[in-house]
Amino acid sequence: METTASSTADESPLVLLVQPLFPEFAAALAGRYRFVLAADADPAAAAEARVLLVPGLAPVTAQHLARLPALELVVGTSAGVDHVDLDTCRNRGLSVTNAGPAFAVDSADYAVGLVVAVLRRVAAADAYVRRGRWAADGDYPLATKVSGKRVGIVGLGNIGSRVARRLAAFGCAVSYHSRSPKPSSPYTFVPALLDLAAGSDVLVLSCALTDETKHMVNREVMEALGKDGVLVNVGRGGLVDEPELVRCLRDGVLGGAGLDVYANEPAVPPELFGMDNVVLSDHRAVVTPESMRGVLEVITANLDAFFSGRPLVSPVQLCTLNKR
Amino acid sequence: MASAIAAATAPPTAAKHSVLLLRRANDYLAATLRARYRVLSFYDSAAPLPAFLAASAAALPEPPRAALVVGGGSIQIDATFLDAAPYLRCVVTTAAGLDHGDLAECARRGVLVAGAGEVFSTDVADHAVGLLIDVLRDVSAADRYVRRGLWPVQGDYPLGSKLGGKRVGIIGLGSIGSSIAKRLKALGCVIQYHSRRPKDTVSFKYFHDVISLATESDALIVACALNDQTRHIVNKEVLGALGKDGVVVNIAHGGNIDEAELISALREGKIAGAGLDVFEKEPVVPAEFFSMDNVVLTGHEAVFTTESGSDLCDLMIGNLEAFFDGRPLLTPVLPK
Repeated sequence: METTASSTADESPLVLLVQPLFPEFAAALAGRYRFVLAADADPAAAAEARVLLVPGLAPVTAQHLARLPALELVVGTSAGVDHVDLDTCRNRGLSVTNAGPAFAVDSADYAVGLVVAVLRRVAAADAYVRRGRWAADGDYPLATKVSGKRVGIVGLGNIGSRVARRLAAFGCAVSYHSRSPKPSSPYTFVPALLDLAAGSDVLVLSCALTDETKHMVNREVMEALGKDGVLVNVGRGGLVDEPELVRCLRDGVLGGAGLDVYANEPAVPPELFGMDNVVLSDHRAVVTPESMRGVLEVITANLDAFFSGRPLVSPVQLCTLNKR
Repeated sequence: MASAIAAATAPPTAAKHSVLLLRRANDYLAATLRARYRVLSFYDSAAPLPAFLAASAAALPEPPRAALVVGGGSIQIDATFLDAAPYLRCVVTTAAGLDHGDLAECARRGVLVAGAGEVFSTDVADHAVGLLIDVLRDVSAADRYVRRGLWPVQGDYPLGSKLGGKRVGIIGLGSIGSSIAKRLKALGCVIQYHSRRPKDTVSFKYFHDVISLATESDALIVACALNDQTRHIVNKEVLGALGKDGVVVNIAHGGNIDEAELISALREGKIAGAGLDVFEKEPVVPAEFFSMDNVVLTGHEAVFTTESGSDLCDLMIGNLEAFFDGRPLLTPVLPK
């Protein structure tokens, strides 16, 4: 599937890869496109390539993009595309696509799983029982109710809107903060993040990481969320001031956290390992075998659309992302 | 706030009714009860039950006409008990109801019974769904994995399984089962169920027996009462029918599942995983579970949250007051 020279016998459209494809993707896309690893591309391929496919979260910098003068489209395979230099893309008029809704359902399900796990201490209770402590030391301390909690969702896109619907079914009161209100949404819009945090028991982060949103959850926001408040992050680690988060949890300024993403994955601040009021996962919120198949469909659909001159399936809005 | 109201309106000492307390009471319940009633507490007396009940007949100003019991506890409100306490006219339980046999005995004697109503339902349902998501998506297992520092070393924990589209078979569609169904619908699951009789108020697919339900389900959630018909309702055949990709969640009673068969089924890969809040011999949990990554274990806490404890107390007190005032019970099990 991957060749190091342009092959005149192969008529399939050329797609450059930032890194090798997942085996499942490679197998599924074999024969439809001609894949060449960008780093191995000869000058002819680099000059000709119109599409760059980005498996995983490897950075795509201005330098990478500068080597590809014919580039028109960057195809992401993830929900968030903050690893791509979007300013350069916008300046060059490039299109960028992401995974669209392919990961949204599984991500939302996992976010809900984290909310319940943190509030009801499921993971901590499991560890307690597993160590034989229930028989030896008595009941694990009471946790707190999920139903009726005030939930604030940051970012009401594909993922956030699904989190909202799920937690509403648990009897939670849902409000949200986003760049602009969504008139079709039944939930309460809160213009300022600090106000959302102050009025919530649980804050769920499901928005993109941009210059504006970097470290949006800082000490002030965590103090507003409070000593009984819970932060759940299925967005990007960079949305949160991570050292401050660790301090707030350690000092009881913040009540608890469910984290799927971190500032420097796969490094997780080790102080979190000893905390019972925290649930940690390895950036797995989005991933199930079904969602991987879903992403493959979105990628294929975007590539097919591009090469046949039809509208892209999941374009990312570049012009509004970095505006404030 | 409820205790302030209770304290403010408590009758003067001389007029307090007597109440039998047949459960261990936490501070909130004990304090609220003692403010309003003359409490005869079994667990504070050193006497065996028959002697305690006989002595209570002589209580002043009157024998206790009401009793507070714990559902599924060691004290059965059976014929023997009721014969030893003929003064009893009302039983208030923390469970949804009483065992059928006990209920029949109470009905025969015209004894009123008040249950927990729906006070627990939301918390149990929340926990049940939390366990299901955990088992399917490996939330606790991934948490352990990350805590052990394995992510940078061994890479991602293996993929879990999508919730959406899963066929979830609920055993028992009472208030708890219905609350579970509502949450799972929002998560995109397909709901089906087995109960004693089909419910015409719901549109979910009904199965006459648990084996058929298991055969056509990806997950089973046990949410029924424990009685002679439902003991080991999830047995070897049902687990076999559920199949190697199926998971089971139990937030009902340990006795609803044949625990030894469950362990075998998990060990042999005959089912994919389990989420368990209850066990046959609590608080003893079979050590075989401790090394299984596809099992989530919690210590009978589905029902308890910091909020539900006081909700339950308020409800029990509310039922007692209604009884002593001659008003209908708030959450009657008898009369139906």
